[in-house]
Amino acid sequence: MDPVNRIFHEEQPPPVRTTGLLAWSKENLFSSWFNIVISILLFWIIYQFVAFVLSWGLINAVWFGETAKACPDSSGACWAFITSRWRLFVYGLYPNDLYWRVNVVYVLAAITIASFVWSFGKSTMRIRMTMFIGFPIAAYIFLIGGFWGLKYITPENFGGLLLTLTIATSGIFGSIPLGLILMLGRTSDLKIYSKVCTVFIEFWRGVPHIVVIVMFVALLPLFVPGGGKVDIVVRAFIAFAAFNSAYMAEVFRGGLQSIPKGQFEASRAIGLSYWKMMGYIILPQAIRNSIPALVNTCISIFKETTIVLLVGFSDFLGIIHLSLETPDWLGPPHISTSGYVFAAMIYFVFTFGMSKYSKRLENRSNVDN
Amino acid sequence: MSETPIISFNTVNKWYGDFHVLRNIDLQVKKGERIVICGPSGSGKSTLIRCINRLEEHQQGTIIVDDIELTDDVKNIDSIRLEVGMVFQSFNLFPHMTVLENLIIGQHLVRRLPKRDAEEVAMTYLERVKIADQAIKYPGQLSGGQQQRVAIARSLCMKPKIMLFDEVTSALDPEMVKEVLDVMVDLAQEGMTMLVVTHEMGFARTVADRVIFMDEGQIIEENTPDAFFDNPTSERAQNFIGQVLHHL
Repeated sequence: MDPVNRIFHEEQPPPVRTTGLLAWSKENLFSSWFNIVISILLFWIIYQFVAFVLSWGLINAVWFGETAKACPDSSGACWAFITSRWRLFVYGLYPNDLYWRVNVVYVLAAITIASFVWSFGKSTMRIRMTMFIGFPIAAYIFLIGGFWGLKYITPENFGGLLLTLTIATSGIFGSIPLGLILMLGRTSDLKIYSKVCTVFIEFWRGVPHIVVIVMFVALLPLFVPGGGKVDIVVRAFIAFAAFNSAYMAEVFRGGLQSIPKGQFEASRAIGLSYWKMMGYIILPQAIRNSIPALVNTCISIFKETTIVLLVGFSDFLGIIHLSLETPDWLGPPHISTSGYVFAAMIYFVFTFGMSKYSKRLENRSNVDN
Repeated sequence: MSETPIISFNTVNKWYGDFHVLRNIDLQVKKGERIVICGPSGSGKSTLIRCINRLEEHQQGTIIVDDIELTDDVKNIDSIRLEVGMVFQSFNLFPHMTVLENLIIGQHLVRRLPKRDAEEVAMTYLERVKIADQAIKYPGQLSGGQQQRVAIARSLCMKPKIMLFDEVTSALDPEMVKEVLDVMVDLAQEGMTMLVVTHEMGFARTVADRVIFMDEGQIIEENTPDAFFDNPTSERAQNFIGQVLHHL
């Protein structure tokens, strides 16, 4: 065969794509008669929906008022129910003159969240760890108190958003370290640790959460001597941390299994001990790989806090539910609809935020690889 | 005495379940010796060198490395891992750390060197493997050949007396094999004790003092490289060399 010399081709830019709203909609919405009909139908449905939301939620809504009499007309939402009782929804039965303590904790929570959203270069990890450990301690000091001149407030006064957030926080902040320990135990070479941790994890995963909550809150004093001395709300905190730690352990185990065997071998070959290998090489990678599943678990913990309603706690949903049954606000059904719509929006804001955060972390770790 | 072996295998046997992976291995390695181990895949070559730093446990016989016998005693294992460096086929750099951090971590955590001193040592070795300009990059940003050179530097930082190489060029693109082998030749010329599992016959000829041919978990043949490649005595070795050299 004769040698063939081909011309060397210079690099060329990709072909220009026709964009713009008109070109795009022609291509995607109105490319055929069938698509035109579907598009028009969809536009009409979207229009109807948006128009309804605007008129019901904004234009015809009643914003202020003290009782159900303020909202006689069902064509608009009754936000008066929210505006007249928002303090109860946000602070529960926390003493009025001590709201500042709750506010301090809300601000600290915002700072903690911010520390996980923004990056601070080299010290990012240290700042996040400090907040992760410091925040629950600070929250305990300010919310419950009982020392340093801070009056003791029993957690039974917690309610509304405060209760929802404290249960979710103790669930999340308690179950992450506990889950890590359980995962290390379960994957340990020592059979006894591994068996104990496996039994613990399977037990908490296998029992319905409602049963756990009822056991801890209502029945604990009957089984455990002195169990009645532990505050009833604190018992709910512990229950949430306990059964969610089992899920977290499995989340972390998934992350651990994604680490190639070579990472363990290389660590051992340079002489790292088990704990140094885990602490410096394996866990940082495993935790990072678990983040999407971890945030998913956090979202479900947050939403599941509503089950405390069943043992008579007034969490955010519970307190709205209760307020709707007070004589002041007994009235046409659109009042309770407004209440529940508001509750749904607040839950959505929190969970959507978490899900966005998880998406962001996923994108970031894709870039690194 | 330079005649006492730095590594000695005495009738070593190992099984994976029922599979007899190492059979009656007897092997003495002198200080400064360069040994190339070759053989068909599944012949136990990797298992053999992984027994030296106890990434694998043997079940019968004794292995003595630098006068320390390999037993379940954790202290022995730790002190042997300080003496023995290892480089893997798949590099196994720590992907969440920069190149420099990869080299510092072992020195800092195991040798307890202050970070600044460790960094100095790291930079000398990075220069030796000609990759100092990549020190602040992450492993994922480097080519395979560069990553493998970093992995060699990471092992050397620990100042080992023995280096184990487990098919370190097998996962590399052909044009990167040479840059890694050059580093290894360089190391051999300095008198490092090396055990190299490889199919790079050119490397074996230039560097090795001895070639060990393994098949089915046994050492079949042991000879100088020239004698081994030119006149293999066993039929298995003849077949193997025929297959390996087939494409050249």
